[in-house]
Amino acid sequence: MSGAVAIVGAGYTPLRAVSPQASFRELIFEAAVRAYEDAGIGPRDVDSFVTVAEDFQDGTCIVDEYTPDQLGAVQKPVQTISGDGLEGLGVAWMLVKTGQFPVVVLEGHSKASNVRHPAHIEAMALDPSFVRPHAWHPSFVAGLEMRRYLHDSGTTERQVACVAAKNKRNALRNPLAAFPAAVSPEQVLESRPVAEPLRELHMAPTADGAFVFILAAEDVLKRFRSQPVFVDSVAWVCDTCNLHTRDWGRAVYAEKAAEQAYAEAGIKDARSAFDLAEVDDTYAYKELQHLEALGLAGRGEAGKLVERGEFDASGRLPVNVSGGALGCGHLFESNPLRGLLEGVLQLRGQAGERQLGKARRGLVSSWRAVPTATGGVAVLSRR
Amino acid sequence: MDTKLRGTALREDDLRSGRVLTTEWRGKIQYTWDAGVAIGQFLDGLKAGKLLGRKCQQCQRVVIPPRMFCEICFRRSDEWVTLKDTGRINTFSVSYVNWDASRRTTPQVPAVIEIDGASPGMGILHMLGEVGESLEQVLASVQVGMPVQAVWKPAEQREGQITDVLYFRPVK
Amino acid sequence: MSKVAVLGAGMTKFMRRSLETGRELCWEAADAALQDAGLTIADIDCVVIVTAPDAFDGVHMKGEYLLDGAGAKGKPMVRPYVGGGSGVFGPIAAWYHIASGRYRTCLVVGEERMSPTQPHPQGAFNAIYDQFTERPLGVNLLWIFSLEMMRYMQVYGIPLETIAQVAVKNKRNAKDHPACQLGAELTVEQVIESEVMSYPVRRLMVSPVTDGAAAMVLANEEFARKKGGKHVWVEGVGWALDTSYWTNRDLCYPEYVEKAARAAYKMAGITKPREEIHVAEPYDPFAYKELHHLEGLMLADKGQAPKLLEQGYWDRDTTNGIPASPSGGLLGVGNPIAAAGLMKAAEIYYQLSGKAGARQVQRNVKRGLAQAWGDLMQVGTVIVMGV
Repeated sequence: MSGAVAIVGAGYTPLRAVSPQASFRELIFEAAVRAYEDAGIGPRDVDSFVTVAEDFQDGTCIVDEYTPDQLGAVQKPVQTISGDGLEGLGVAWMLVKTGQFPVVVLEGHSKASNVRHPAHIEAMALDPSFVRPHAWHPSFVAGLEMRRYLHDSGTTERQVACVAAKNKRNALRNPLAAFPAAVSPEQVLESRPVAEPLRELHMAPTADGAFVFILAAEDVLKRFRSQPVFVDSVAWVCDTCNLHTRDWGRAVYAEKAAEQAYAEAGIKDARSAFDLAEVDDTYAYKELQHLEALGLAGRGEAGKLVERGEFDASGRLPVNVSGGALGCGHLFESNPLRGLLEGVLQLRGQAGERQLGKARRGLVSSWRAVPTATGGVAVLSRR
Repeated sequence: MDTKLRGTALREDDLRSGRVLTTEWRGKIQYTWDAGVAIGQFLDGLKAGKLLGRKCQQCQRVVIPPRMFCEICFRRSDEWVTLKDTGRINTFSVSYVNWDASRRTTPQVPAVIEIDGASPGMGILHMLGEVGESLEQVLASVQVGMPVQAVWKPAEQREGQITDVLYFRPVK
Repeated sequence: MSKVAVLGAGMTKFMRRSLETGRELCWEAADAALQDAGLTIADIDCVVIVTAPDAFDGVHMKGEYLLDGAGAKGKPMVRPYVGGGSGVFGPIAAWYHIASGRYRTCLVVGEERMSPTQPHPQGAFNAIYDQFTERPLGVNLLWIFSLEMMRYMQVYGIPLETIAQVAVKNKRNAKDHPACQLGAELTVEQVIESEVMSYPVRRLMVSPVTDGAAAMVLANEEFARKKGGKHVWVEGVGWALDTSYWTNRDLCYPEYVEKAARAAYKMAGITKPREEIHVAEPYDPFAYKELHHLEGLMLADKGQAPKLLEQGYWDRDTTNGIPASPSGGLLGVGNPIAAAGLMKAAEIYYQLSGKAGARQVQRNVKRGLAQAWGDLMQVGTVIVMGV
């Protein structure tokens, strides 16, 4: 119970705009096989399983039903969390820390391509009495937030466009990424307006794929053949999704989650603590808003820094070197699992073309997308 | 425990009379699911008038609905098996209620049918037909353990759906 | 293993249709539980929200929508969602939040509003079935229960009259439950002669569709002892999920409930459950399920729970048996899914702390369990509590 928790296995499928070659079960099975191979174990060695999913993202009432088979978890303790990958990571982490479940599997996937009208599903998360009757495209929530963030922070639209260009370019060196592209900030600025100031190339298009991670308690690490990546802390905070009472300019949930995660991981100065950060960029402006909330940039500074190249792959602190959601694809609840994977690969020295020298500590942050004000922060390290 | 619990119970009349107002929302909640390898082949088999299963050589189970992996052995399953289109009733019911809770005058008879050629206990969900129009008639003609036979749509009407089998009927 | 205590519980009435929104129902239950525990929301470190299909309330990401009412604004909140098993899984999740050492206190809120779904909440359940191999058949929730009930009756030769007695027992027990709007004195004949929904299921064997919310407060040992007083402790938890291929399983026996029970008993150090469990709240959405689950919990041999029922073994006033569903259960009090499971867990807390009022069981109770079930005849969730 007092020991650390580490990631000892990671499996995944490539992320692609469509995945007609495999059902969701087959995608998850592929990721699970890879994860077990990576760790050198089988499902019988696992004590508990956690999956993250939402009914309406898959089109099934009670998605939990369709989780155990492809993980090898039949008749084992399995739970589905209606939350994002970092909440799932948090639950898996807590299970290990109880001392009752030394080895825990975490799974997340996206079959976003199977959702015919994603905007309707997104709209279904809006308040039924006060917001839905307006019948606006739900992107309006992000548009309102972006406008306020630009106003409060003094960030320019070009700086936001730099985020999109950076992440899509980073994705060119990630074979897993669904939407690598060599776009310029100007192209982003000229893309079709969706909910101004939000534009099309600010928005991460959806992709399909699956992730499986294996977590283990420090005292059983000898069982695994992979190099452990320690989860020093994982925290999450839920703020209200009520549009009427929120702070539109700030990501308060990220500030609070970071405070808790940094305290638990002993991080005193966030700016110098990390070798990489995978920060939610479901919309390009969110990366900047989150960087400030996470203390990786001063208030109103993130835009200037990204324009200067501080957060490029070759910059002082590479942010979303994986390509982020903008480059890899928006994976619903599994966005942070893509970030988590990048953290694991980088800290193990397995990131190939994208390898950032000797990375020792990484940060992953998440946001559950419109209309939520919920997100998490995880600190990873190598010993 | 506090015996005065909170909560305001409404009656149907509260809504009908307009004392309580509501908002309504209809969304387009639609999906086009990727069938993938196992189910894709299963649906093709249905179109061809066949019930297909998969075999795991390790545990020797022949399973239907087919899956490309054995969930017990946790390994890729090994071969396709064409099963019979007959089976035995594992359990059945006689339903007078539709999906939306509205009532029926004639019953539907759903059943779990263990398919011949698959491992014991390998059932699928389907309907029984030609078993009567009333509860009494159905109970007289159907028993757990009874052998049944698939009745297929004519080949040119099959679509590659589970409904390519219209129903299962008692073996005469 | 670190000890986790239950400090309080609360709930709303269970109503056919509430005026209150889901958020408001959460608030009413959470406020009642905090008052019972003598705490405020500031004392709560984290929140667990349990609520079953989003389709009922008609809100996607329902947990996010409800969190304001559940006191979770600005706090860490998770929503574990294991179908009907969620109500008992709520306190299980609170247990691992606290036993991990990370949080001192946890508020669990269970909410269900079934009434918004039109034309009938039952329709939302069509989508529990496999989209390729089952949904095209024009499926219906009642089928899966009636198929299981038929199998259970056939394999063990259980008469319909005995199953009907569960409904009679629970609806009578429910008359003493403050959340219950429609307790009843029924006869076995009335139950058997009620409308055939999906044979062999009859209308009075089905728990009523309802809106409602319940809540519990749990805390670590240090916090509980500082508060003082005698506490109810979580002694064991277990959960298990069977294969989604339900038609490949024999539905006559819930193996996944046994697996969950074994895990909970092991954690609690229980080797003879029939002697060491003094009161039980087995999940009873349909009359036969209570018996099915009592067997899965190993409190009766396979196929034997009905015989014991006939002997009065599961009656609330039994002195040599194990009272089952003294609350009145889902059949009696109502079935706002996640809230109902949590209501049953709360009942064990009330029974063990002697706070069950007119529902207090006759025999001396030191240990009890609550169990819920869910998904495609798939999930068992079990919590053992003791004093």
